Amino acid sequence: MKRIYLDHNATTPVDPRVVEAMLPYFGEKFGNASSIHSFGREARKAIDDARQILADFVGAQPDEIFFTSGGTEADNFALKGIAFANKGKGNRVITSKIEHHAVLNTCKWLEKKGFEIIYLPVDGFGIVDIEELKKAINEKTILITVMHANNETGAIQPIAEIGKIAKEKGILFHTDAVQAVGKIPVNVNELRVDLLSVSAHKIYGPKGVGAIFIRKGTKIEKMLHGGHHENNKRAGTENVASIVGFAKAVEIAKKEMEDENKKLLKLRDKLEKEIEEKIKHTKINGHPEKRLPNTSNISFEFVEGESIILSLDLKGVAVSSGSACTSGSLEPSHVLSAMGVPPEIAQGSIRFSMGKDNTEEDIDFVVRELVGIVKHLREMSPLYKE
Amino acid sequence: MKKILVAMSGGVDSSVASAVLIEKGFDVVGVSMKLPNLSNSSCCGERGIEDTRKVSDYLGIPFYVINCKKKFEKEIIDYFCAEYQHGRTPNPCILCNEKIKFGLLLEKAKSLGIDAIATGHYACIEFDEEKKRYILKKARDRKKDQSYFLFSLSQAQLKRIVFPLCDMEKVDVRRKAKKLGLRVHNKDESQEICFIDSDYRDFLESRKISFSKGEIVDENGAVLGFHRGIPFYTIGQRKGLGAHKKPVYVIKIKEKENKVVIGCGDKLFSKEMIVEKVNWIDRKMLQDKQKFNVRIRYRHRESPAEVLPISDRRVKVSFLKPQRAITPGQAAVFYDGDIVSGGGWIREVC
Repeated sequence: MKRIYLDHNATTPVDPRVVEAMLPYFGEKFGNASSIHSFGREARKAIDDARQILADFVGAQPDEIFFTSGGTEADNFALKGIAFANKGKGNRVITSKIEHHAVLNTCKWLEKKGFEIIYLPVDGFGIVDIEELKKAINEKTILITVMHANNETGAIQPIAEIGKIAKEKGILFHTDAVQAVGKIPVNVNELRVDLLSVSAHKIYGPKGVGAIFIRKGTKIEKMLHGGHHENNKRAGTENVASIVGFAKAVEIAKKEMEDENKKLLKLRDKLEKEIEEKIKHTKINGHPEKRLPNTSNISFEFVEGESIILSLDLKGVAVSSGSACTSGSLEPSHVLSAMGVPPEIAQGSIRFSMGKDNTEEDIDFVVRELVGIVKHLREMSPLYKE
Repeated sequence: MKKILVAMSGGVDSSVASAVLIEKGFDVVGVSMKLPNLSNSSCCGERGIEDTRKVSDYLGIPFYVINCKKKFEKEIIDYFCAEYQHGRTPNPCILCNEKIKFGLLLEKAKSLGIDAIATGHYACIEFDEEKKRYILKKARDRKKDQSYFLFSLSQAQLKRIVFPLCDMEKVDVRRKAKKLGLRVHNKDESQEICFIDSDYRDFLESRKISFSKGEIVDENGAVLGFHRGIPFYTIGQRKGLGAHKKPVYVIKIKEKENKVVIGCGDKLFSKEMIVEKVNWIDRKMLQDKQKFNVRIRYRHRESPAEVLPISDRRVKVSFLKPQRAITPGQAAVFYDGDIVSGGGWIREVC
């Protein structure tokens, strides 16, 4: 069976060029980057080069980039590290209702530790309400954390605007940019963020590696204690091969992102147009323009999203109902709920996230299958009448 | 290739059931039910799901976890608690088969465009050309036979069910599992009710059901002591009744009066009972009284009785010989030889 992958916001295949770049670091260049000898120096150089590449890509200095085990660790580091380093100043942290669980559940944990968390609402397009943010800021606010692009809807948040406000008020600002970096241009200075989380496996890099940008001079508690790795901020022998792979993925993204996005946008418009034409009672969730070019979140009324996902899977097509980290819960998506989508419609929502290898033929096939699947499911639904 | 959904628990039976269907050329899709987290030892808990995932990978079939929490809470757990509150002793496994495995999962199968569902139950289904009905029969392995738990299935359900272990002995199932290299070949049998760890009473308390203390009386109504609430007693129970000169048992639970009646062992025997919500499988209905072998609980040796229709889906059952501890809330299943003619729920003992 031919398989079609439309779940690139969950993870992406590793680009063969990335694999090739990584391979020597599993073999001859196996050294520990902390070692003094030639083996160590070899590994150290690879990491330094990678750090420079990532720093350049987001407009940071290399010594502001720290490699982590992925986006979740970067988010945890940012939130816990800032909260505990600044708890003398205040205890309020402002976030949004649509964050990834790496942020949301860290916030919940901070709540238990005595911090006060404000969850900002979003509008019907899934964009954070700036006026609410302004209202939420008080003298006890130590951190604002709002994601750059939402994983479920692709909605791009007004990060620069928030950054400006944060700067004016002298509040630290973190953004979870896991879905943004490598997909749309991101510059830490234009956005005026103090901390930013990134992950490699969303942009054709390996799993298990990510990074955090921490602006120079930011007071932060470390999470992992041990050796002097990562400028004494994140202990643990560096995952050299993955860091090299990450950098290669970034290099490729830098070169190809613009052309890639044009192609993705075309595919996405085709998908949305054809679904709207061929299937009644559908609704696109998310902002029409302020949205990742590869992401489409569509509600199919009168059907359960889970049934669509499983039916498509049996045809070899991979899509999801939202975050891979929450699938199987059957709870309506917290992101769509925050946007005011009623639970019964939220449950019938599917996220299509396209990538490099997708073709127009893929979209044709998926739409054709979808038409049949949705028709069949609606025939079974007691709620649906033609 | 014909697609079939197999409800898998990670145990040896459902694993072999899948393997047998694959050998027969079916296109198998495995599913497990995600149930509320109620017990540590449950076969259907997270461990069961992990085992099933491994088995599915090994067999090379797609595998999904279907969230059954809500429906299970509503249809099974609520019923289970309510029955005890009414002074009856429920059998949730039968209802789970009817409402969840061959209810919710069958619906799920249909939604995926799959017409049939299979499980690792030991029972048989045949189509009777003459009667134009699907007939439920005992499994070849009589010791493992689970037809008792399936009496309440409708024709529409039976039509879509496949029991691949119908003519296999348990030892053969284990042998086959071993031959196939399934690591679950020597896994322990799942026991009793999947959401009860050891004592159902602890479970009821954890659910915070309402109950009130009352009197323990003898057959004549003389007060012999006090009980903590009728949900904590079942017919035939010996423990927790206080000190008595002779061994005594719960012989009746009077819900309306909130009383537990106790008596000697011989008082546990009775010959007649009313059975309600009867489901007939090999016929549309029972026209006139007929003799069947009737089983009143899973581990009961079926016993001859006359079954008399009294109203729609309600019958009176008269055993030829008195039976021990006929228990309201349990199922009575009517066998005609190997065939499950029908069955219902024991309402009261006459």
